[in-house]
Amino acid sequence: MAGKRIGILAIHGSVVEHAESLRRLNFTPVEIRAAKDLETVYGLILPGGESTTIGDLAQQFGLREAIVNFAKSGKTIYGTCAGLILLARYGLLDVKIDRNAYGRQIHSFEVDLEIPALGKKSFNGIFIRAPKILSAAKSVEILAQFEDSPILVKQGNIWGGSFHPELTDDLRIHKLIFGGK
Amino acid sequence: MKKTNTATLKKGLAQMLKGGVIMDVVNPQQAIIAEKAGAVSVMALERVPSDIRKDGGVARMSDPKMIREIQAVVSIPVMAKVRIGHFVEAQILEALEVDYIDESEVLTPADEKFHIDKSKFKIPFVCGATNLGEALRRISEGAAMIRTKGEAGTGNVVEAVKHIRTINEEIAKLQKMNEAQIKKYAREIRVAPELVKEVKKLGRLPVVNFAAGGVATPADAALLMQLGCDGVFVGSGIFKSSQPEKMAKAIVEATMNFDKPEILARVSEGLGEAMKGLEIATLETKLATRGW
Repeated sequence: MAGKRIGILAIHGSVVEHAESLRRLNFTPVEIRAAKDLETVYGLILPGGESTTIGDLAQQFGLREAIVNFAKSGKTIYGTCAGLILLARYGLLDVKIDRNAYGRQIHSFEVDLEIPALGKKSFNGIFIRAPKILSAAKSVEILAQFEDSPILVKQGNIWGGSFHPELTDDLRIHKLIFGGK
Repeated sequence: MKKTNTATLKKGLAQMLKGGVIMDVVNPQQAIIAEKAGAVSVMALERVPSDIRKDGGVARMSDPKMIREIQAVVSIPVMAKVRIGHFVEAQILEALEVDYIDESEVLTPADEKFHIDKSKFKIPFVCGATNLGEALRRISEGAAMIRTKGEAGTGNVVEAVKHIRTINEEIAKLQKMNEAQIKKYAREIRVAPELVKEVKKLGRLPVVNFAAGGVATPADAALLMQLGCDGVFVGSGIFKSSQPEKMAKAIVEATMNFDKPEILARVSEGLGEAMKGLEIATLETKLATRGW
């Protein structure tokens, strides 16, 4: 039986990778390309990609307002990399971000992360032209840090991370956020 | 321990660009227009392919100054081209920290025997291919992204269509092969059997595969997406059209909504003249035959 429907903003980027992670957790991934697509899903992922492009196009297609309303309704949203930047820009996550602060592609990196909420086993953090969280408001819970900067945060129903769990086989972060089998 | 320049990271950047449009730009002004129109990346080069065709002569890597100027004005990734086999041009682009290097048949080849050993570089490479064997040879050399060659600078999509169809058909054939046939096929196309087996298992290339060469309209972009490409490179098609900003936006929207004819109809309206196209049979130089 197909599981609960979770949307993935499908302008471009790591859409099929998130969809695969969700499927493996027994969710039904739904590609979101228009505001009305959000009506039938109970959670939403803003994937990795180019934040300038995704942001402008989301605005143009009336998706920004729809995403903000979706957040206000209390449903869960998780943004990775470019998605994290959008959450901050939309005022849904009270953090200050420096886009591409980790540098151009040549400085992209993988590193074993300690994320207490996931238990003892480390998590392979994949950072691709990643944004850096410079500071976070007190109401933002910091779930993991790398080199003194937060890399996975949560504020109520809104989650943001600067790395790409969708590029790994490790489902623990998707599971922590959305539940599932 | 922090690891950099891994295959995962190299392929990963291309994965982030899937569903998007990469645009050729020849100066910072065009780069800004491309970014505003929704390009996921820009390819910095001195002359678009249609001008390279017109001007003739040897086409080389672009002036580093021009690449730096483009890097300075956009936040999206910047790619740049090197000649086939010209590993020193690639070293120069690596020093500039471009985000992706295109070892491209659009420039005049520098080596008739060897493509660049791309695995030695920290920067990921994209390479053109006309069929599955060519794609897998490039991947074996370290390419982290593939694109069809098409026939650049013609505004004629027919070759790009041929290349993606060929790759799809060859992958379909591969799916039916047994162990012995796979070994024989791998020998024929000169790649490791493991790589061929991986393609069989995945039912697709193990890296992101974009369309390129001859894309001139939103419908061209959507056609290649419907044929299974992961995204689209547009070269001369944008800045050689009569209304570049409008054309750029329309191609971006068409690539995102490639399976929605009503949106394709809307974005195709009133775009003015697309670039003037060329018939492939009349070409003196076929760029797609460069490389092997």
